[in-house]
Amino acid sequence: MIPELGNFALIVALLLALTQAVLPLIGAQRGNLTLMAVARPAAQGQFVFVLIAYFCLVYAFITNDFSVENVARNSFSQLPEIYRFTATWGSHEGSFLLWVLILAFWTTAVSVFSRHLPDDMVARVLGVMGLISVGFLAFLLTTSNPFDRLLPAAADGRDMNPLLQDWGMIIHPPMLYMGYVGFAVAFAFAIAALLSGRLDAAWARWSRPWTTVAWAFLTLGIMLGSWWAYRELGWGGWWFWDPTENASFMPWIAGTALIHSLAVTEKRGAFKAWTVLLALIAFSLSLLGTFLVRSGVLSSVHAFATDPARGAFILGFLVIVIGGSLALFAWRAPKMLTGGRFNWFSREALLLANNVVLLAALGSVLLGTLYPLLIDALGMGKISVGPPYFNAVFVPLMAPALFLMGIGPLARWKEASLPDMVTRLKWALAISVATGVLLPLTLDGFNAWATFGFAMSMWIVLTVLIGFRERMKNGGRLATLPRSFWGMQLAHFGMAVGVAGITLVANYQEERDVRMNVGDHTTLAGYTFTFQGTTEHAGPNYRAARGTVEVSKDGKKLFVMHPEKRIYNASGMPMTEAAIDPNFFRDVYVALGEPLDNEARAWAVRVFHKPFINWLWFGAVFMVVGGFLAASDRRYRIAVKASAPTGAVAQGA
Amino acid sequence: MKSRHKKLLVIVLGVAGLGIAAALILNAFQSNLVFFFSPTEVSAGKAPIDRAFRIGGLVEDGSVKRDPDGLTVRFVVTDTAKSMPVIYKGILPDLFKEGKGVVAEGKIGGDGVFAASQVLAKHDENYMPPEAAQALEQAAKAQKSLVQ
Repeated sequence: MIPELGNFALIVALLLALTQAVLPLIGAQRGNLTLMAVARPAAQGQFVFVLIAYFCLVYAFITNDFSVENVARNSFSQLPEIYRFTATWGSHEGSFLLWVLILAFWTTAVSVFSRHLPDDMVARVLGVMGLISVGFLAFLLTTSNPFDRLLPAAADGRDMNPLLQDWGMIIHPPMLYMGYVGFAVAFAFAIAALLSGRLDAAWARWSRPWTTVAWAFLTLGIMLGSWWAYRELGWGGWWFWDPTENASFMPWIAGTALIHSLAVTEKRGAFKAWTVLLALIAFSLSLLGTFLVRSGVLSSVHAFATDPARGAFILGFLVIVIGGSLALFAWRAPKMLTGGRFNWFSREALLLANNVVLLAALGSVLLGTLYPLLIDALGMGKISVGPPYFNAVFVPLMAPALFLMGIGPLARWKEASLPDMVTRLKWALAISVATGVLLPLTLDGFNAWATFGFAMSMWIVLTVLIGFRERMKNGGRLATLPRSFWGMQLAHFGMAVGVAGITLVANYQEERDVRMNVGDHTTLAGYTFTFQGTTEHAGPNYRAARGTVEVSKDGKKLFVMHPEKRIYNASGMPMTEAAIDPNFFRDVYVALGEPLDNEARAWAVRVFHKPFINWLWFGAVFMVVGGFLAASDRRYRIAVKASAPTGAVAQGA
Repeated sequence: MKSRHKKLLVIVLGVAGLGIAAALILNAFQSNLVFFFSPTEVSAGKAPIDRAFRIGGLVEDGSVKRDPDGLTVRFVVTDTAKSMPVIYKGILPDLFKEGKGVVAEGKIGGDGVFAASQVLAKHDENYMPPEAAQALEQAAKAQKSLVQ
């Protein structure tokens, strides 16, 4: 009964989404206020019904209703309750329902926080978001209904993939989707601007905080995904250039370019068409990413063919959204006046350079991700593009990007002076280069990669500090500096922390695979690991061989670690659960390979010493905090008050 | 320099920069593509000698042997028509099993043994790596046409 209710709620939501899409768009075109006024209630109603549907699915999972196919495939009666909840988005169907729910949430947020926008703008933005929602709801209802029944009902479920049974995975997907779907707001603003022809600094100011918030969520989502891979895959790696990772990284790069380009459009009125194009690209890549990961194309192009309806729908939808928006862009963008002239050396020019570099990086990731899929789809054989390609391309491209990151915020708008910049920055440059050259020598001898990483990291930190000092000199006080300034500097600082972490862990980590019998020990990076054997251990839905490894340094016992090798009851799938001892300066990481004799006394054991790995996540957290801080800047709210009267009049009308 | 000249210079530099980036990208792309070959193709001499590639198929039953150091593993990858001995030093992925699909990346050594630098497994028990599945399919087709 409850699943049918969920199904019904989805149908109602689809009808409301249609209403939200069609009527306000017509109203905006004709200047009909009554039709435009439909947008807000329809959007909010849609959110309520999608939420009801979502709760119905949660209910089916929590109560172990194995007569629902989705539940039977992805849950299990012994699965702990929290994972039964997260299993709602563990499957193809459930993840698309989460997507729709988050889209409805963003739409509702726009409908609430848009009192200061002109009515036709609101109508168009909500209308476009309604159209996207129509597409997704139709996809859910026709090809991927999460409420489909299974007759006869299964006796028990097949369990959730054990890899996903981790608390990193509880928050990773919702955060990632908040980012993906958040770009739908930027997309809707861009389409609304193209439709209305109103593309000015005010437009950029409206769409900027939304874009920044979406970007911050996406950053958080990617960080959590990387953190999960590090802890859960048992290989100690934090980024594999896997297509699933690239799928989330591509919209992030486009979004990063977008928030920088929006800054120019808001402050100087330049780059208008470019900014709109980036907004279209960012959301198109979000859609592509969702479909790549969630349709099964990545595990095999042929998985696509197992359900031709899904494949055809997805391709059609992508073609309509990407093709349609680009066609609209091609039609309307040339009519937009470009404003704001600027010199070849100015903040605008530097931000343009930043955008060019980011797009080149984006292109290289896109090529490496899609080319093997294309070749496979055309039946021209199987190839793979691995980390060596991405590393060879990405690091050189990041060099100018990181260098510009130091100069850009200090350069004047419109026209900056090169000699002046040299005077302001020469010490920072000298110290950075010296750090880059000398630090590796004190660690492990000269190393070009480490030199580059340390120099860039130091360069960004110093330029951030110079930025603060110059503001203070001009009479600013730390507490009164605008939040957008704090946000930008924090995000840039986070980048520096992340780069330092990556440099240290990539160049100075130590790793060893070793056969260990009970009582054996091995020494790595000064730590001595003593293997004390394994014991049987029963978890809620798995059995495990639980190892005990004592770690000591200089003869002093430090701590005991418990890596596990698990076998999950329902699927019989083995899983390595690594043990990690984290701290601010390093992680000690131990994973059990496999037993090497019949009594399971000797094991293959993998030990890692990972210096400064946690700085990676710290860096990302700084970027996220910076993003939220920048989005909460006062001027976005001042704009609310200043234009409130016109909004109120329009409301009354 | 006049401002018009400066502008021109910036444009030229920009285009040159993009050109260099594109050249870098395509060059790295060319030299880092990893091709896939089935054991049948390898034994027909189609695989490159000095370049890394991937092979895939099933781990032959009873073929997994460990050296006394416990970490060096030898096994045979088969597509049911031809097979290929593989040597790998390190910890195997969780889902590595005799009779199951596998994909390995590495080079052929002087002794004709495939020295794997990486053994790949996917995240699902029932899942067959697509490369391995294709190798089996091709071998089956080839055998059928031989019988006819």
